[in-house]
Amino acid sequence: MNNHMNVPITREEAERLSAGDYIYLTGTIYTARDAAHKRMQETLDRGEELPFNIKGNIIYYMGPSPAREGRPIGSAGPTTASRMDKYTPALLDMGLGAMIGKGKRSKEVIDAIIRNGSVYLAAVGGAGALLSQKIKKSEIIAYEDLGTEAIRRLEVENFPVIVVIDSRGNNLYETAIEEYKEE
Amino acid sequence: MIRTIKTEEIVKNIKEMCIESNYILSKDMEHVFMEAAEKEKSALGKQILNQLEENLTIAREDHIPICQDTGMAVIFMEIGQDVHIEGGSLKDAVNQGVREGYMEGYLRKSVVSPIDRINTQDNTPAVIHYDITEGDQISITVAPKGFGSENMSRVFMLKPADGLEGIKDAILTAVRDAGPNACPPMVVGVGIGGTFEKCTEMAKYALTRDLDHKTEDSQIRELEEEMLIKINKLGIGPGGLGGTVTALAVNIEAFPTHIAGLPVAVNICCHVNRHVHRVI
Repeated sequence: MNNHMNVPITREEAERLSAGDYIYLTGTIYTARDAAHKRMQETLDRGEELPFNIKGNIIYYMGPSPAREGRPIGSAGPTTASRMDKYTPALLDMGLGAMIGKGKRSKEVIDAIIRNGSVYLAAVGGAGALLSQKIKKSEIIAYEDLGTEAIRRLEVENFPVIVVIDSRGNNLYETAIEEYKEE
Repeated sequence: MIRTIKTEEIVKNIKEMCIESNYILSKDMEHVFMEAAEKEKSALGKQILNQLEENLTIAREDHIPICQDTGMAVIFMEIGQDVHIEGGSLKDAVNQGVREGYMEGYLRKSVVSPIDRINTQDNTPAVIHYDITEGDQISITVAPKGFGSENMSRVFMLKPADGLEGIKDAILTAVRDAGPNACPPMVVGVGIGGTFEKCTEMAKYALTRDLDHKTEDSQIRELEEEMLIKINKLGIGPGGLGGTVTALAVNIEAFPTHIAGLPVAVNICCHVNRHVHRVI
């Protein structure tokens, strides 16, 4: 398969991905982590619109370090996804295209990924300096008062990710560990 | 003889150490990284380790933090009993150093009030561990701690009957449960004995040890070596995506404990195990 993908993605494109695929993303993605998810949930509970159209879009669980003058962003690696598990199934049911983070997901999230033909991608945790070079533009679009936790629209180029949970529920965290386990 | 140290000197050093630790990984960590890349059997695991080495080079050369989680500032201070501190409160000086380091060093401010989650805007307060020692110097260790791995750390209040096997099981359980969440390959800090709080502080301190120096106590050293092998057989691997390098090091500290107990703390750190030491 072509390992370069333009984002956002369609459900059909997400469904073609398999756990273990190493792909490079180019296009627009959005950041949101703990505090932004809480606020998005409160927004939905009030019956209001989210600050961006979630359909087909990708959320990157990330809160950057401050940018130096002349640079789009500071260090920008993924944060642990499981803290967003509580909020994620509802967003997937609204059409969230994919998520980028690191670490395990709950059964409820995996079920919602399968149900909606979505996909969970991992970026390498702790590679924030390298990943920042793949981000060409960053703009805060909502919740500016949350600082690093504000929602940002990012333009990325060849942003490297690995498919961890695909739309059929295959989970690389489980299968790959089995391969190397000596117990 | 009493030696006077001015608080402004402490502010300046803490500030520089906060910045340095977030941009440049110490030599001992670089050494274990290089060894890991050679040892890793998984192709994807090797690729991830190479990316992480490249990440360290970019951070150092482009002056950008190694990881966006520039941590909560954990600071160990060993204060010589012949030191007199002049110019205001020591705690204020330490926090001023953290404030200046995080503001001027483009480091992320990640500290919030625990219930209302209001950001303090300058990454203070620091978590400071004081110890009084002999001499007329202050030894400072700055170890910014990221929370992806901190969240996966554990305390086990074992029973004496659980013994050495219980300790080994506790360490493996913590690492297995941490899995990909803690950004492996990790450094595992362990505190054995003491009380509830003593074992956790030892586990944190263990993470700041220089990995180039082997542990002197042979029983502890053998346990460290055995646990490193066992952890690397879990298969978690770099990024948690499978492989033979799950941990870069296991550092253990021990302290006598009560006849009724066996506390064990496992403090997990990601591969960005930051620790800078200075003596002033």
